[in-house]
Amino acid sequence: MGEMDTLKKEADGLKTQIETARKAVNDTTMAAVASGVAAAPRIQLKNRKTLKGHLAKIYGLHWSADNRHMVSASQDGKLLIWDTYTGNKVYAVPLKSSWVMSCSMAPSGNLVASGGLDNMCTIVNIKAASPKTIRELDAHEGYLSHSRFLNDSEILTASGDTTCCLWDLETGKQKVVYKSHVGDCMCLAMSPDQNTFISGACDSSAKLWDIRDGGCKQTFIGHTSDINAIAFFPSGTAIITGSDDCTLKMYDLRADQEVNGYQDAALNAGVTSVSLSSSGRLVFAGYDNFNCNIWDSLKAEKVGVLSGHDNRVSCIGVPDDGLGICTGSWDSFLKIWN
Amino acid sequence: MSSKMQSSNNIAHARRTVQQLRIEASIERIKVSKASADLMHYCGEHAKYDPLLMGIPASENPFKDKKPCTIL
Repeated sequence: MGEMDTLKKEADGLKTQIETARKAVNDTTMAAVASGVAAAPRIQLKNRKTLKGHLAKIYGLHWSADNRHMVSASQDGKLLIWDTYTGNKVYAVPLKSSWVMSCSMAPSGNLVASGGLDNMCTIVNIKAASPKTIRELDAHEGYLSHSRFLNDSEILTASGDTTCCLWDLETGKQKVVYKSHVGDCMCLAMSPDQNTFISGACDSSAKLWDIRDGGCKQTFIGHTSDINAIAFFPSGTAIITGSDDCTLKMYDLRADQEVNGYQDAALNAGVTSVSLSSSGRLVFAGYDNFNCNIWDSLKAEKVGVLSGHDNRVSCIGVPDDGLGICTGSWDSFLKIWN
Repeated sequence: MSSKMQSSNNIAHARRTVQQLRIEASIERIKVSKASADLMHYCGEHAKYDPLLMGIPASENPFKDKKPCTIL
């Protein structure tokens, strides 16, 4: 038997072993365990603020750690930094390439990052006298789909080249490259303790990585199309994914498998974005059909809807203090709800 | 790319796949009943501090527009 055949046989054997081990601990369903819990109340949030200023589709938003400022990215070629309490724009950062797909803000509030079809992640210091580009991170061989700062000297990126990367901002060089996905990486999220992160890709899988050693620790399957959005449950022991297959799934890291699914036969729009309320009980999901659905994470029932956008909801986020939720849309507006 | 290079790339890829699967197969797993119970417990413990779940009094809502009141 050739080496390829031996390896294929071993791979198939290991996949079966993993499947068997997962089944062995699958002694009940979350639905059964949660049947004794009181249903979440019907959630009716009001649109408190509409942030107007972008002139084209919004592709990304990220709250500042100060719970008040926020950065948003639009294909009008700008990053805007907002004071969400007043609705005012605080900074505008013109982008070299208008084909932006994501943006993020460092926990310090000093730096913002953006990137997209230019395959680069551009780092800008917004606290300088006028916003100044301090780094152009240029080694990905595909589009930049997502980024998150660990601190002012390190940033994680996800790319259409199927890898994720940890960069050193002092040198502008890649520190760690995370290789295992076989499809474009579309999203990433950091664990609350910053030791691990998760990525979702067009190969329909989500992966858990060790940030420092670059190793893939676990792979979660089940989705039948691209995973566009991913988030950690606040305890750090579970993750939620949103996909073009119109469903969201919760995977528990310690049980190493899917424990809940959020879907509706009437829904035939892909999930673009996901964010959780501070207790983890509510899952906010943005869809291609212009709405954001609110799900009870435990009972997997729909408990509310945010409607008001005139085009796809492309991004959402809840600030660390949990006091509201912001939705960003292809209609060029950001809306804050609570 | 020569077919020899291509087949050795395929073998290298297959070896990495097997290595990765070995790592993933070797982890410890807890029961779904315990995992679910722990997640429920977390939600229960933190629910009262979750503003989007519990609602926010107008006086503590930083996003609510404060309109002046007229006393008639």
